[in-house]
Amino acid sequence: MIRAVRTCFIALACIAFSAVLAASIWAIAGDPGQGTLPQLLSENMSRSGVEHPVTAVLLNFRSYDTLLEIGVLVIAGIAGISMSKTTSLEDPELRTSDPLLYALQRWFIPLMLVLAGYLLWAGADRPGGAFQAGAVLAATGVLMRLGGIPMDFLRPGLLLRLGLVLGFSVFLLAAVVSVIGGDAFLAYPPDMTKPLILVIESVLTLSIAMVLLALFVSAPVNDAEDPEEGDPS
Amino acid sequence: MTSYLLYALAGAALCGIGLFGLLRLSHLLRKLLAFNIMGSGVFLIMVGLPQHQSGPDPVPQALVLTGIVVAIAATALAVVLIRRYYHQSGMTSLEGEAGSREGGPL
Amino acid sequence: MTLWLMAGLLFTPLAWAVLTLLTDFVWGRRVTWVGILVQVLVSLGLWLTVAQHGGFYYDLGGWGAPLGIELRVDGLAVTFVLLTAAVASACGLHAGVYIDQHKPWHRYFWPLFWFLWSGLNAVWLGGDLFNLYVGLELISLSAVGLVALGGNANALRASIRYLLAALLGSLAYLLGVALIYGQFGTLSIAGVVAWLDNHSAPAGPGLALALMITGLALKTALFPLHRWLPPAHGIAKSPVSALLSALVVKASFYIAARLWLAFGESLGSLAAAQMVGLLGGAAVVWGSWLACKQAQLKQVVAYSSVAQIGYLFLLFPLTYSVSESVSLQAQQGITLQVISHALAKAAMFLAAGNLILSVGSSRIDALAGVSRFLPFSLFSFGLAGVSLMSLPPSGGFAAKWLLLQASLGSGQWWWALVLLAGGLLSAAYLFRIYRASFAENPETDQFFHPSKSLEIIPMVLAVMALGLGFVSEQVLSVMALPFAEEGAP
Repeated sequence: MIRAVRTCFIALACIAFSAVLAASIWAIAGDPGQGTLPQLLSENMSRSGVEHPVTAVLLNFRSYDTLLEIGVLVIAGIAGISMSKTTSLEDPELRTSDPLLYALQRWFIPLMLVLAGYLLWAGADRPGGAFQAGAVLAATGVLMRLGGIPMDFLRPGLLLRLGLVLGFSVFLLAAVVSVIGGDAFLAYPPDMTKPLILVIESVLTLSIAMVLLALFVSAPVNDAEDPEEGDPS
Repeated sequence: MTSYLLYALAGAALCGIGLFGLLRLSHLLRKLLAFNIMGSGVFLIMVGLPQHQSGPDPVPQALVLTGIVVAIAATALAVVLIRRYYHQSGMTSLEGEAGSREGGPL
Repeated sequence: MTLWLMAGLLFTPLAWAVLTLLTDFVWGRRVTWVGILVQVLVSLGLWLTVAQHGGFYYDLGGWGAPLGIELRVDGLAVTFVLLTAAVASACGLHAGVYIDQHKPWHRYFWPLFWFLWSGLNAVWLGGDLFNLYVGLELISLSAVGLVALGGNANALRASIRYLLAALLGSLAYLLGVALIYGQFGTLSIAGVVAWLDNHSAPAGPGLALALMITGLALKTALFPLHRWLPPAHGIAKSPVSALLSALVVKASFYIAARLWLAFGESLGSLAAAQMVGLLGGAAVVWGSWLACKQAQLKQVVAYSSVAQIGYLFLLFPLTYSVSESVSLQAQQGITLQVISHALAKAAMFLAAGNLILSVGSSRIDALAGVSRFLPFSLFSFGLAGVSLMSLPPSGGFAAKWLLLQASLGSGQWWWALVLLAGGLLSAAYLFRIYRASFAENPETDQFFHPSKSLEIIPMVLAVMALGLGFVSEQVLSVMALPFAEEGAP
């Protein structure tokens, strides 16, 4: 009884929240747009080094956001692999061996790799880019993992950790290199902008795929216990 | 009324649904899904509202892409934690804590 | 010179996160020492630069706001950067000795520690609403990772609860950002302020401010949204608890305070300001009361954080439609409260960790007899307590004194009662611990002796918290410096 009353109460509160939010959106939508930002953006597109505005915002105008965002991904990856206490992140018991899946994989995996490469390349002038490509690449890895193809690099050794931070470190180096030339943090040298963005996007793709894959396969089960502070052990 | 405004209003509804799930459901995976629904609602508002006023705007689109990556990172970390918690305690909710009565995320 | 300092400040923590990820724990510790040295020097250099020449806006990537992201480097921001450098290096040095280097997963402590530091710096300097969101998430995720590091079921439960609360708080904040962008078409705080100066306040974005402050209050653990904090801060390793209580909760409060001071006059209301202040006052009383009833040493310290956080939210009523001088007094009082609480609470958690290490139990009754064996750590704990109880001459006293003047000056005398009750209650829960540690227990005289470096670090922090009262004038004068050049749109 109390539970039902509580549920009703929370439901009413949430409906009220949605209604207030919608009213607020309606009020804001009624005002004329203040945005001079899209116009400012199109004026500066020629100096950004890429043709697609979203990529320009992500990797040039607001690149600090993207740098920190990759940092967030790396943190999730680190925290994920810190949970695993086994030598390999991959648990052989969880492999499936299905001939149909295996046959399908031989078709899918090359196709997905090509698709990832295409998405990365397309990011310069149409929707696409490092994150989409990285997600497809990670999905390829997930498929391989489910299909039981051994993946030896997925053990919490130096190689995995290098892969996790490769994209982040290259991005960070590109960010700091301009400072030596007396420019602001994250300002790319004018004639190097396009190649730099391309390099950053490529290594980011690899690292994003690596983080997502590591998170997918981590957290395997084991019974190692860590006594807490103050526990008599 | 443009279709963009419709997206924003749908986002408001999703926010309410997600909030309800986050507060009321006790299973941790459901809580996490509710968080993702609420996140989608926020992203819809973020893209829909400015585009209703001044047409396609790449800045909120880029912001939402960043937001999605952050949400994915958080979700993946939460799944890893929840799986490990389930393995160690055999529980799928935060309730039944010794010395404490409350459930919920707060 | 400034260019190099800024780049060093932004680059070092991120680079050291990468470096320490590639090493094991012992090498990570050595690398971290170098990083701490660099970061402290850079923070000090930046603080001196701003103290001499005034604040400035720093355009990242050479793109100014609103197109790019600008950092707001003013006196308040560099003061907090310096505070972070002091507290985080103390916690890092303590952790290097305190944390068991033989557990393989403890190597991940260092990268998470450095990511946390970089997120804190990003938040102190942030001038862009969305960038602040990313900075907040950087902090939350690394903090959750640190709490969960190699933990058992209880630590995992605490960290999952912490993660869910932090995520909900960030989403509420992001929702507010979406509404602000929809209304004003810019993400730069300075840009929105400039717009509000020239136009009358619109009706829509009041909800945006409310959402952002609610979300940030949840992340700061304001009563009644505080219930995630004690388990997470109580169960984490002591250096991690110190980082979380001293700095992490302050980051979200700092954003809330900046937003309130920027938009509060035009988008806020008197009822909202009084409401937030009331919740802060309730947090002081309720948090202290619960701290008196805890059986575990670190839970007492964690609930004391809930109480001390309550004081911070008195900023909201004390700066809303009051005279300029009262508002300034309140801001200065809150700044001193943030600094003194950060130093004192870090000292307290580190000293509590030493005490727990020494008696081998986290219960308060187990402390009996420890005063004979570990007087130094107990003394640090006591000194930090002096600042929390806000006795003169500590920084806590200077902060409460300014707040008292501000509340009487604005005619809101009821906040003075909160200050008084909070001081008395904090004395009650702290004396409970002293009494337990001075009790004699003839049965136990087996105490483990932690190394000297573990004992010295909390002492240094506690002395800094105590000495803050003497140098508060100088600290506050840097905070109030005007901008050297107006780089904002």
